[in-house]
Amino acid sequence: MANIDERNVLKNIFNYFLLILLAVVILVPFFIGIWTSFLPTADILKGNYFSTNISLTNYIDAFTNTPILRYLGNTIVVATITMFAHLLFCSMSAYAFVFLDFKYKKFFFALFMITMMLPSEAAIIPNFQTVKALGLLDHYSAMIVPSLTSAFGTFMLRQSFMQTPKELKEAADIEGLNHFQIFWKVVLPYNRISLITLGAYSFLGAWNSYLWPILVTFSNNSRVIQNGLKQLQSEETFNNWGMIQASAAIIVIPTILVLFIGQHYFKSGLNEGAVK
Amino acid sequence: MSTLLTNVCKQYDQGKTVLKNVTAEIETGEFFVIVGPSGCGKSTLLRMIAGLTQISDGEISIDGQVVNNLPPKDRNLTMVFQSYALFPFLSVWDNVAFGLKARKHDQSEVEERVNNALKMVNLEDLKDRKPRELSGGQRQRVALARAVASDAKICLMDEPSSNLDAQLRIKMRQEIYALQRKLGITLIYVTHDQVEAMTMADHIMVLHDSKVQQIGTPAEIYKTPANEFVAGFFGVPPINILYATKISDKAIRVNNDFQVDLDQTVTEKELKVGIRPNELVVEKADELSANATVQNVEFLGDEKIVYATFSNGNEVSAIVPSDAHFDMFENIKISSTNNVLLFNQDGINVTANREDLINA
Repeated sequence: MANIDERNVLKNIFNYFLLILLAVVILVPFFIGIWTSFLPTADILKGNYFSTNISLTNYIDAFTNTPILRYLGNTIVVATITMFAHLLFCSMSAYAFVFLDFKYKKFFFALFMITMMLPSEAAIIPNFQTVKALGLLDHYSAMIVPSLTSAFGTFMLRQSFMQTPKELKEAADIEGLNHFQIFWKVVLPYNRISLITLGAYSFLGAWNSYLWPILVTFSNNSRVIQNGLKQLQSEETFNNWGMIQASAAIIVIPTILVLFIGQHYFKSGLNEGAVK
Repeated sequence: MSTLLTNVCKQYDQGKTVLKNVTAEIETGEFFVIVGPSGCGKSTLLRMIAGLTQISDGEISIDGQVVNNLPPKDRNLTMVFQSYALFPFLSVWDNVAFGLKARKHDQSEVEERVNNALKMVNLEDLKDRKPRELSGGQRQRVALARAVASDAKICLMDEPSSNLDAQLRIKMRQEIYALQRKLGITLIYVTHDQVEAMTMADHIMVLHDSKVQQIGTPAEIYKTPANEFVAGFFGVPPINILYATKISDKAIRVNNDFQVDLDQTVTEKELKVGIRPNELVVEKADELSANATVQNVEFLGDEKIVYATFSNGNEVSAIVPSDAHFDMFENIKISSTNNVLLFNQDGINVTANREDLINA
């Protein structure tokens, strides 16, 4: 018996050692980044990372000397609209794929899936030409319209909708709800966790997108935060690394917020008690 | 003013026949139980009445109106699902109000109906809870309240108590029965449990092999089963079916062993005889006169069940008084009273009082 216990303890120690190691590898760069954002640029350039001259100056500089607020605003608008568009269109198409019967349903779904196989970079040139022809360049819609929907979102919600107990839909059928009411009152609330997940995913995706926005925006009026960060570096003759680091930290904050808020909803068991 | 099923059939695309020529009349306000073993198509029949499954052939009419192509909502019925189908994101109160709101009743009426329904199933105190915070029995009550709150005159129930433990099931059975009587609704109840069927039903439909075996009151079904299957399905322990041969006009020899004198004349030479366990007479016997061996004895309190094997290997079960004492592997002599059921070779009931029988 003692032998088994010992082996278990050793196994646990090894597991925790591995976890701590991974945590260090992942978290240390992150903390270095946050830490340096409080240091004066002079200290950073000298490699004096353990300086005690910590202050919020970099943050104040970032907000007062650069258009970072404008970038943040642009990004919030683009990311929020993209998120809601994804939630609306993906859930509607997923509902159709799960609950409606129509001809060639499988074929159309396969078509959806095929678009997932295509890397988005491959479509950049035609997309750019389309956006240009529509006169949307350097405008919010250049970033929003091409990503109003996502095949992945449809796929993910379809999988989730398929798990909705069919009795719930039948109960609603008997009560005389039409498809839109079933969609709104039964399917969406039942799958709210998947919707929150997709929402977070879409928001972060839009927040972190870089390549497409850098192609279609060229003024501060529409530039988003990731491109703005790049802009900070090249606009100045002298790179104020402390301030850039502070801006980078500001950019990460929403990501962390979304994760923390999301975590609250990822508790299991919210749908318990529906059937059986 | 009743629900009529006329030659209802269901076939799936693969050619598998689930139901064949189901014909029945379900009277308004009665407790109608559809019973049968798993896979006999009883749930399918219920879903076809509800309109959730299309019928392949035949006709269903409710109150004189053919509803074959009517969507479920226009059939004016409610359904309690086996799995209850509660909305996990709504409180108990909202779950009960769901259908009423969807049907656009006005606010005050919805409130009155929901509150009355919750009162009727004793859930008033739990109305703000979510289904996940309820026990199995309480969830089932919510599902019942939903049916009660509706103004539909027909309520369909698909094995509503199959997920409950034995004691709760008996309690719910009584509650459902009382509710049905109080509300005067037509209740069509699907179950695989013959005890549930016997205790609650006004009429029972026995389904087996995609066909209606018999429709009748519980007493008719028990006393004059249409065939061997129905006889075997009702009664615990099940009826003993043994082979018998005619020895004279009014006497048969059962299991090539003991003789039973009958009140009727028999025509078939070879037949099957159904003997309820309480009609068997079990006596202790010495090795020479014994015809069976005790295999097991179950003590039920007021009686005992003796499971025995005849010398030729056929198994029987018999009910004996609880003070009778039998040991395992003891030699016994089994005989029978003449209160038996006779079936021909095809399993059709040929017992004399057959004219009372209401057959499908």
